[in-house]
Amino acid sequence: MDWNFIIFSVVKVAVVFGALMTMVAYSVMAERKIAAWIQDRPGPNRVAPPFVKYIPILGPFLTRIGFFQPLADGLKSFLKEDFTPGGVKKIYFWLAPAVAVIPALMTVAVIPFGSVMGAQKMVIADLNVGILYTFGIVSLGVYGIVLAGYAANSKYPFLGGIRSSAQMISYEIAMGMSVIPVLLIAGNLNLSGIIEWQATHHWLICYAPISFIIFLVSAFAETNRTPFDFAEAEQELAGGYNVEYSSMKFAMFPMGEYAAMLASAGMMVTLFFGGWTLPFWGLDQPAHSLGMGLAHILVFIAKMLFFMVVFIWVRWMVPRFRYDQLMDLGWRRFLPLALANILITAIVLWLRS
Amino acid sequence: MAIVVNRKKLPFWERLYLPVVIGGLKVTGRHLFRTLFGGKAVTMEYPEQKWTLPAGYRGAPYLVKDQDGNTKCVSCQLCEFVCPPKAIRITPPGPNGQQADRANAEKMPAEFEINMLRCIYCGFCQEVCPEEAIFLKQDWSHVGTNRADMIYNKEKLLSLGGEVGGIQKWKLKLDEAKAQENFPVKV
Repeated sequence: MDWNFIIFSVVKVAVVFGALMTMVAYSVMAERKIAAWIQDRPGPNRVAPPFVKYIPILGPFLTRIGFFQPLADGLKSFLKEDFTPGGVKKIYFWLAPAVAVIPALMTVAVIPFGSVMGAQKMVIADLNVGILYTFGIVSLGVYGIVLAGYAANSKYPFLGGIRSSAQMISYEIAMGMSVIPVLLIAGNLNLSGIIEWQATHHWLICYAPISFIIFLVSAFAETNRTPFDFAEAEQELAGGYNVEYSSMKFAMFPMGEYAAMLASAGMMVTLFFGGWTLPFWGLDQPAHSLGMGLAHILVFIAKMLFFMVVFIWVRWMVPRFRYDQLMDLGWRRFLPLALANILITAIVLWLRS
Repeated sequence: MAIVVNRKKLPFWERLYLPVVIGGLKVTGRHLFRTLFGGKAVTMEYPEQKWTLPAGYRGAPYLVKDQDGNTKCVSCQLCEFVCPPKAIRITPPGPNGQQADRANAEKMPAEFEINMLRCIYCGFCQEVCPEEAIFLKQDWSHVGTNRADMIYNKEKLLSLGGEVGGIQKWKLKLDEAKAQENFPVKV
């Protein structure tokens, strides 16, 4: 029994879970603020606990940027009535929110969020088949939404569930195909290994830009973000799969969505943008001191937040696709493109070897 | 017969969607930076910022005092009668009630209540008042914690209304009549 391993793993899980949940809460706030700014509004800027106004300068500033909004939102979710409609299939109805959140959280386990601190690698599970694990878990994400749509026993959630199941399954294929060139180039399925490869060469975006574009768009589809938010489709389905949910059970769905966004942002950073490395200031080597280890984590988080902003930014710009356009894009454009991408990459690698 | 719309086939670059997507990102990004750093938000943040009302704005009706600080209202109850939502309730002084506090007036109301929850700011009370004792002020924000708070009594209405001295009624009527006579303006 390796107690050292167990203790450090528990600590890492706790810290990563805490950080992820905080980031989920503040992603919601960021979404609201960025949405507001894009639409020429100031956004949420009023919520604050009573003592905050006595803090000079910092207090009003935090209130102004909506720093306390997530707390209010969370509190509101907990205090609302948790209503279970009469006609729902109870077991699935209770299960669905959990199933929506858990895969998103599990994906994060294999993403290396830093190099080393002391003797510990900054990744919860350094799997040799990291990417396979990720895709396996991401495919589970569809169950949350489909179960929610089915359990509600009402037409709009049902339509939302059906749409999203077709959508997520279609785009998983394009997504899976798009990373194969990355694996071919890096020659490794281990995410830490891919980062090390990128540290010695250039970032993989330089070698596989088409992979990145396909992966990015598929990530939007996988996380049910606009322009692919068919599961929710506010204007068409009155909210889609989560119509019948209330209180914290409802809040679990956005939490799962944002956690999935963070996870796919992390995946994009790891696969295409060099993970925790930066090509200057010696940040591309595993850290020798705690300070450097911390710097690596910060670099990773900064890159991840950049992709979160892209996720949010795109939402306020592209209108929702039509359902057939979505399928067309997934099956008739991305799948052949991804296959061609694999073929060309393989040929180029073969010729150079 | 169906109409066939000839759609020009877009060039390859356009069909990639990417130029359009990047163009859109530029537009939204520009708005973001303008709002965030240029302070160009169109929102008016209400309790701190208030809009300027136009000159003819009809707000809440209040009772006014004359130049000596006396009640102008003579309890004729015309406004109570004309009020469409029945927001006004006047209690007359009765035969042995209090005397009017100004000369040339027979009486004044013992109580004068306007229910601000009912009032629709139509201005009929101001129009009908023979003594020019009630005016619509430019006041639209009423706050109360219960329904009783929103029924304004005579004291409150008088203190909110302020002072409007003299009676301009006949002068105004004359001007109105003159204006009507030359209505189609002769040059």
